[in-house]
This record gives sequence, structure tokens and C-alpha cells, in this order.
Amino acid sequence: MYQFRYHKPATLEEAVDCYQSAEDGIYLAGGQTLLPTMKQRLAAPSDVIDLSAIDRLTGIEVTSDEVRVGAFTRHDEVARHEGIRRRLPVLAFLAAQIGDGQVRNRGTIGGSVANSDPAADYPAAVIGLGATINTNARQIAADDYFQDLFETALEPGEIITRIDFPVPSRAAYRKFPNPASRYAVVGVLVADFDGRIRVGITGAGPCAFRGTALEVALQGNLNSAAIEGVEVPDVGFNNDLHASAEYRAHLVKVMARRAIADLVG
Amino acid sequence: MAEAIESGIGAPVRRKEDMRFITGEGRYTDDFSQRGQVYAAFLRSPYARARLDSVDASEALAMEGVLAVLTGQDMAADGFGDLPCGWTVKQKDGSDMVTAAHPPLAHSIVNYAGEPYGLVVASSVAVARRAAERVITEFTELDAVVNPALAMDSEDIHAGVVGNLCYDWELGDASATDAALAAAAHVTRLDLTNNRLIPNAMEPRAALGIYDPGTGEHTLYTTSQNPHLERLVLSAFVKVAPEHKLRVIAPDVGGGFGSKIFVYPEETAVIWAARKLRRPVKWTAERGESFLADAHGRDHVTHAQLGLDEQGRFVALKVQTTANLGAYLSLFGSSVPTYLYGTLLAGQYKTPNIHVEVHGVYTNTAPVDAYRGAGRPEATYVVERIVEIAARELGMDPVELRRRNMIQPADFPYQTPVALVYDTGDYEASLDKALQLIDYAGFPARRAAAAVAGKRRGIGLSCYIEACGLAPSKLAISLGAGVGLYESGEVRVNPTGSVTVFTGTHSHGQGHETTFAQVVAARLGVDIDDVELVHGDTGRVEFGLGTYGSRSLSVGGSAIVGALEKVIAKGRRIAAHMLETDVENIDFEEGQFRLRDSNRALSFGEVAFAAYVPADYPEDLEPGLSEKAFYDPENFTYPAGTHIAEVEVDVETGVVALVNLVAVDDFGILINPLIVHGQVHGGLAQGAGQALLEQAVYDEYGQLQTGSLMDYCIPRADDLPDFLVDTTVTPCTHNPLGAKGCGEAGAIGSPAAIMNALTDALGVNDISMPATSEKIWRALSG
Ligand SMILES: Cc1cc2nc3c(=O)[nH]c(=O)nc-3n(C[C@H](O)[C@H](O)[C@H](O)COP(=O)(O)OP(=O)(O)OC[C@H]3O[C@@H](n4cnc5c(N)ncnc54)[C@H](O)[C@@H]3O)c2cc1C
Repeated sequence: MYQFRYHKPATLEEAVDCYQSAEDGIYLAGGQTLLPTMKQRLAAPSDVIDLSAIDRLTGIEVTSDEVRVGAFTRHDEVARHEGIRRRLPVLAFLAAQIGDGQVRNRGTIGGSVANSDPAADYPAAVIGLGATINTNARQIAADDYFQDLFETALEPGEIITRIDFPVPSRAAYRKFPNPASRYAVVGVLVADFDGRIRVGITGAGPCAFRGTALEVALQGNLNSAAIEGVEVPDVGFNNDLHASAEYRAHLVKVMARRAIADLVG
Repeated sequence: MAEAIESGIGAPVRRKEDMRFITGEGRYTDDFSQRGQVYAAFLRSPYARARLDSVDASEALAMEGVLAVLTGQDMAADGFGDLPCGWTVKQKDGSDMVTAAHPPLAHSIVNYAGEPYGLVVASSVAVARRAAERVITEFTELDAVVNPALAMDSEDIHAGVVGNLCYDWELGDASATDAALAAAAHVTRLDLTNNRLIPNAMEPRAALGIYDPGTGEHTLYTTSQNPHLERLVLSAFVKVAPEHKLRVIAPDVGGGFGSKIFVYPEETAVIWAARKLRRPVKWTAERGESFLADAHGRDHVTHAQLGLDEQGRFVALKVQTTANLGAYLSLFGSSVPTYLYGTLLAGQYKTPNIHVEVHGVYTNTAPVDAYRGAGRPEATYVVERIVEIAARELGMDPVELRRRNMIQPADFPYQTPVALVYDTGDYEASLDKALQLIDYAGFPARRAAAAVAGKRRGIGLSCYIEACGLAPSKLAISLGAGVGLYESGEVRVNPTGSVTVFTGTHSHGQGHETTFAQVVAARLGVDIDDVELVHGDTGRVEFGLGTYGSRSLSVGGSAIVGALEKVIAKGRRIAAHMLETDVENIDFEEGQFRLRDSNRALSFGEVAFAAYVPADYPEDLEPGLSEKAFYDPENFTYPAGTHIAEVEVDVETGVVALVNLVAVDDFGILINPLIVHGQVHGGLAQGAGQALLEQAVYDEYGQLQTGSLMDYCIPRADDLPDFLVDTTVTPCTHNPLGAKGCGEAGAIGSPAAIMNALTDALGVNDISMPATSEKIWRALSG
């Protein structure tokens, strides 16, 4: 790790100021992505701005049609939260699949969504549920948020404050974990909003995306047979040590089928 | 006495050392620090093969806290020798293997990514690492040779090593084997790869070098499995310091699996830098350095042919292997794919003709050397996979085919066609027990039930044999070993009757402090807590060859038994004097020196006290009660057994679940079954890792792709079933403990069992290890 200056602002405004006046600042949330990168000397920020003291980033609110999760909420808290487990069990289930106990005790939803690792789990929920990303400056719709490998709609210095998930009638998530890292080789979230189907896919491409062909096939016909004939082309899919693009495309379908089976029994 | 019996031979005593380990009180190399200590960071090659043109350290040297930047050039100028290979393999034509010079720090050419060519020494780790990045090194990149199968047809990477061939070695009768194959009723052919593995001990390698300018003494704390060998190599070959001026201490060591047997560049450089700078110098590897620069394991490409007659009896086995030795020969790298591999190809069977040919090749990858099992897992994999395939091809039950060919108890001692003489065993006893434990008869029903659930279930066996306690010295040396293979033991009885035991073996997870104490406590009749084991320090232990090849108990324990017998013999003389009788009338049992046919006796403690306070003492006897012994085994020991695996494959995804793993092993007499089972569990986990998860991958440029635990998959608890582990016993016939060794068997037997189960489930002959879900999916869709 290289030397850096450490800041712990108490408000969003202070955090942003801090970022703006830093030569090469970076926000720190749970540190589960950032700190390993710094330890391996792959990142050398001049200033690390710890978001943990900012009250506005915490808190979970569950209403009848929305679950609002503060950006600084740890994965473990989402996994165990009573209200989330009742209103949006798929999100609690997804959070419980992330990494291991230590990672879930530190990592945050805001950090995960800001980072947009192609193999991260939360992006499947953000896309699949059509969440809204709230930042210190604006609201961003899920469909506009993920842009490319580790690239999102966030402007430099912009801070995610909260993520609002609409509550579907039902939803299921299936993940095919990488045996080494336990990140998602492929993860598919299928959500049914009173017959309107959304499919969020992570792991397969450079960032999470909607499975539109699957959505079309499932519209008004939510059963696994409906997607049998759907082609999942592997164009642009990740192709690495752990899985070829072709295998990932295959897994997208299998995970989708299993998620649908979870929904319709 | 109840205590002694509860901790006697065969008692499942909890490990004495565990309290210190699990409460964080263990002391590992990195836990030792000295006043004035400074820190090293190594300069490592970013290329797999390159010419080292220049090293410009000016910017680094200008940094605050940087003491020195030392390079391979500097080391060579200081007269340091190359790192030697400890085993000279003779080629087919009688010539010696071709050894490529292995300077501890590269000075003109680098030959693998991560190879050290210098080090920065600074006041902190952080400064040292940052300074290392500021050293500007010019390289001219050269084409790397990465794939061992193509190495012999690639550009030579070492001057004078034609075709990158270190050796062309053979064992067995080639023409008889060819003739028998030609005449065989059936020949099974199989191409196999044995995947390259990275050891991943929990504690990374580390070294702390200390130089005392007053006495000229060098002290090296390091993560070694064999500190005396380390000292010998560093002084005799590398010329670091004379042996009597060099003390090597290997304190608590957090796992090795073979990878800490070898003498590495880093500790060599650290002790050199300490003397040069007159400051204690410490280095502790980062996990990433372990991946790059620890010796890797396995990495074979093999073609095998098994000939059978009409009755299914094996008539010949012919094996051709290319073994990747890496960029340089590591300390025992040459012996692993030869004497620890070819000699094991008879397995448990009476195959009359065996011939093996091994091409050991250099590539631009990290050196390859012994890793848990070392050669024997590779041999077992060849034998047990091809036997299984032969059974399938002949439509025979694989159990029946094995039985038909097994060496029977009446056949011992059994001379194999590949040099070894097996002393004892009862292979069918282990086989039968394993079949019973896994409920082999019930498998078809389990397979049918799995099919209903959409899963493919398979079962597979592996009836392995291995050779432990490498021996005897004279034979090994005649075959090229550069060191003896005996062990030393010392039993120092203290005046109060407690006992300090010294062994030249080294415990880095094996539980010696308990097992050896049990041996001593049982023989002397003292409490196990009154026995302390000392190991891992050349300044305290006379000599030794360390721990590898499951040798510690069978060889090191036997040396201790030798010393114990001398202690008892002397004790009897003292007791005879005190009881006013002749020594022949004194019996020693359960801690008492007894006058035969009387009720007069002296306790062990009383005799020990008399030895140190010699008031009533024989005239012609030296005082004191402390004895040493060396033990040189007359043969290897031959642990053997049957492992059976059951797997279930999810046909949609290709994910395989290891649902059952049974191991029944014959390790001879068990001193502590709890420790033995623990060793087997660890080995089985590593075997499962090799079969299903682990693979070191280099890209075509020789860059390691699996350089972290995010990409290199070692098994975790949820990857493994509850193991069913049991033993059978045929005592080793030639050592006083009857023990054979249990440290590696789990990793030796299990990969073949798992892969036989998997290929049974899929109905294919082979899938290369590790059998990832994608490979399985492809096999299913192909
Ligand atoms: C061993 C291991 C296994 C893992 N397995 C999984 C897995 O299975 N699935 C999975 O999804 N993830 C996994 N992760 C990643 C983990 O979930 C991380 O917690 C997450 O990716 C990042 O969250 P964080 O809070 O730790 O963010 P940090 O590491 O602190 O930050 C990550 C990035 O996000 C930025 N950032 C953080 N918060 C904000 C914010 N509020 N606004 C704007 N930018 C912000 C930071 O500046 C930084 O660039 C794993 C991590 C590890 C170490």
C-alpha cells in the first residue's frame, strides 16, 4: 500500500469538498474492493475519504411498494433485515450469497453498485428490479446506470446515497458462483411486476444488463418452457480463465430457468 | 499409570501443540524481530524470459530509508555459488542429467516471471517495496517456452541444454515390456495430464538473517522443513558461511506440503544482505510472491499402455511421461518425476513387465518440485486410471479386475519390476473394508435415485501404494542422491526424570510434539506432559534431514527409539548397581527397573536422579542419562490402501459434487489415530482440490494467470463431503515402531478415485484435471 491522506467527513457536502480538493481522491465504503486493490499497489489514491460517518448514507426503509436501502448498508444487514426479508426476500437472499461472512460484514451496497464489478451480485437486482440510484446530485434509473466494465453513470465525485427497489409481486435470483472467488460467473434475477417481467443478468457481460429476449418470451407466460427457444447469443460476453463466453451464455439460460422454477414452483 | 495408558501407543491424544496454535501463541519466522532490523523487498522479473541488460538503482537509493539495492551481479561478485540440485539423475545412456546453472539471484538472464534478480533493503517494508518499484531495469524480452509438451521442439532456454531436455530417463525392461504388449490379448491406451499445482501453505515463506560481526556467526530464521539440510546446502554449495558459523532455525512453520523443503533464493539473499549491511534483515513473502516463486507441483503429460491377457491379468505397463521441471532444478526437482514416480508404477499389482521413460524438461515457469505425495500421486494416477479404463473396456467389474491382479499377502517380500521390494501388506483387506464403508453393493440404487433427480452419479476406486521414508542412504546415494536419508534422535533425561527429546525431523503441522512424546512416554513409562520435543534448530539438534516423504515417524521416530533403548540399557546398569545385582536380572517395564522375581524396584525417576547425583553409582559408568542415535532405514515403508469416491453431476451446469469419499489406509502401527486421521483428511482435501479445483495456469507468454486465491481455487469445507476414514494394519517389518507414514496418502490415492468416479458418471474415459464444470458440461454436450 502507498501512503495516502485519510479523511472521515461527517456530511455529504464535506465529503464532496474533500474529493474536489484532493489530487486523486477516492471514497472508501466497506473497503472490500478498494483495500485489496490498494494493498496490491494497483491503486494509489492521494486521499481516501471514508464515508462511514455520514448519517445520510445509512438506514433501511420498507414501504408497501418500495425498499430503500442506504448506500452504506452492509451486505449482512440486508441479508438479515426483517422488513426486507418480508417485502423483498430476493434481495436478502442475494445479499446472503455475496462472498463470505467477513466480506458481508464489511461490504456495502453502495460500494458494490458504485464499483460495478462485472461479477458482482447486486447489479443483477438493480437491473432486474428496475431500481433507482439516488446520489448526492440526482436520481439515476437502473437502465441508464451500468455502462461498461467498471463504468457507470456516476460522475467523478458523485456519491450514491440510497438505492430504491420497487417491490415486485415475486422475484427470484440464481447465481452460479465462481468456485475460487465465489463471485458470480453468471447471476440471473427474474422479477414479475404484475405480469410485467424484468430479467437482470450479471457476470455474463462487462456489466449487468437486461435479458430483453428472455423478458419478451416470459411476458404473460412465466414458465421455464417459455424460454426454451430463446437464443442467448454470447457476443460480447466475458471469456476468461473461469468460463468461456459460450458456457456463460448457456449458464444464463440455466440460471434463468431455475429462477423461474423458484417463482412458479 | 492410568495417564500413561491413555496416552500410550494407539491412543487418540489431543495435540499438545494445538493450544499454542489456536490461541495465537505460536511463533513463526515473521514473529521474530531483532534490534536494528531492516526489511528486504525483492526485485522480480516481469518477464518469463529476458536478458537482463541493466539495473539502475539511483532513484531508489536516493529515497529516505533505503540502505541498499543488491543485485545478482553483486552476489556473484561476492563469490556465491549456484543453488544446487540434490539429486543427479542418470540418463538412459549413462550420462548425468544436464543441469542449468541456478544463481540465487539472476544476473544475466531471467527465466520465469517472478524470478528474483535483486533486493532492496530499507528501514520498513513499505519503503522497501516502494523503492523496489523505482529501480529501473532494462530487459530484452525473449520468447518464452511455456508448454512442457512442446519444450523439446522449442528454442533452447539455457545455453548447453539441447532441446531443453534435462534428462531422458528410464526404468524397467523396455524390450520385454514391448514384447509383452505386442502379445497382449488387450491393450488399453490412455493419455493423461497431471495438472500443475501451487502449494499454498497457510504461512508464506519468510526469512530473518542475523550476522554477528564479533563471532562471525550467521543466524537464519526461516520457514524450512529441514533446517540442517538448509544449513548444509547454504554452506557447502552456496558458500554463504562455514557450517559451524551458520545456525538455521525453523521455528513454528505454518504448513509446507513439500514447498519448504527446498533452499530458495530469498533466504540465501537475506543472510547475505545481513552480513553485508551488518543489520538483521527480514523478508516475508506476500501471498502473490508465494504464487509466483514457491516451487510448484506435479505437471506431467503422460501416455500409458496397459496390456492384459485373456483372463484380465496385467502383462505389461508402458509409460511415457514428459515432466515439467520449470526454469531451474529445485533441490529435489529431478528426483520427483523419476525415482519417486517410475518406481511406483507397479502399484498394488503383479504386473510382470513395466517400462517407464521420462523426459524432464525445462520451461520458463517457476521451478517444480515435491508437493504432498511428490511423484507418487502422479504414479497412482497413471496406474489407477488405466486399470479402471481397462476394466470398462473389457466389461469387467473394476473391483474384480483389481483383485485378480493384486499382490497377495503370501507374495511378500515382493520384488517389483521397477526396483522396489515391498515388505508387507494386505491390499484386499483395505479394499474390502472400503467397499463395505461406502456400501458398494448399494451403489446401483443410489445411482438410480440420482437419475430420478436428474443427476448422474458415478463411483470410482483407487487402490494406491506409496513409498515413504526414502531409504536406505547407500542405495539412494548410488542412485544419485546427494544426501543421506537417515535421521538422528536424542533423548536427554533431566535429573528430575522429565525428558527432552531432540529430533532432526521438523513439524510444520504434523503434530510431532504429541506423537513423539507418546512414543517416549510409552517406552519410559513417564507422563506425556513430562516429555518435550525440540526440533527445528541446528543450534540445538545435532543433525537431521527434516520432514518430507512421510518419513518423520518411521525414520525419525525409529532414531528416537534407538536412543531410548540406549537410555534404558544405561538405566538398567545403574539400577543393577543400586539393587546390588547383575544387569541381566533387571527388567524395565512401565517405568520401573525391577529386580526379576522380586518386589524390589526403582522408578525411572530414581534412576535418572542417581545418574546425575551419582552417590551410589557404578565405578565404570559415566554419570548422566542422555543418549543419541542415528537410524538409517533398510527399506522404504509402503503405506497402501483403497480410496473410493462417489460423485454426482448436475447435467445442466456440469457442476460436480463430491458426495462420498472413503479412505481405508494401511499405515502400519498407529501411534495416534486422531493425528493420523487428521493427516488423511488434509490429504484428501488436497486430492479433491487437484481433481476438481486447482490448476496453475500460465499464458503463452509465461505470465501466471492464477496468481491469487481469487483465481486459483483451493478447496474449502463446503467443497468436501464428510470423509469416511478407517485403517487396516500390517506392521512395517523393518522399523522398530512398525509404522509406515501417513502424511501424503490422502493426496496420493484420492485424485484417481475421484476422476474414476467422475468419468464413470459421464461415460467417458478421461477429463483432464481439474474437472471444472465447463469441461464436464462440454463432455456432456459433446
Ligand atoms: C473475498 C471477496 C469475495 C467477494 N465476493 C463477492 C461476491 O460473491 N459477490 C459480490 O457481489 N461481491 C463480492 N465481493 C465484493 C464485495 O461485495 C464488496 O463489498 C463490494 O464490491 C464493494 O463494496 P465496499 O463497500 O467494500 O466498497 P469499497 O471497496 O469501499 O469501494 C469500492 C468502490 O466504490 C466506491 N464507492 C463506495 N461507496 C460509494 C458510494 N456510496 N458512492 C460512490 N462511490 C462509492 C469506492 O470509491 C470504490 O471505488 C467480494 C469481495 C471479496 C474481498
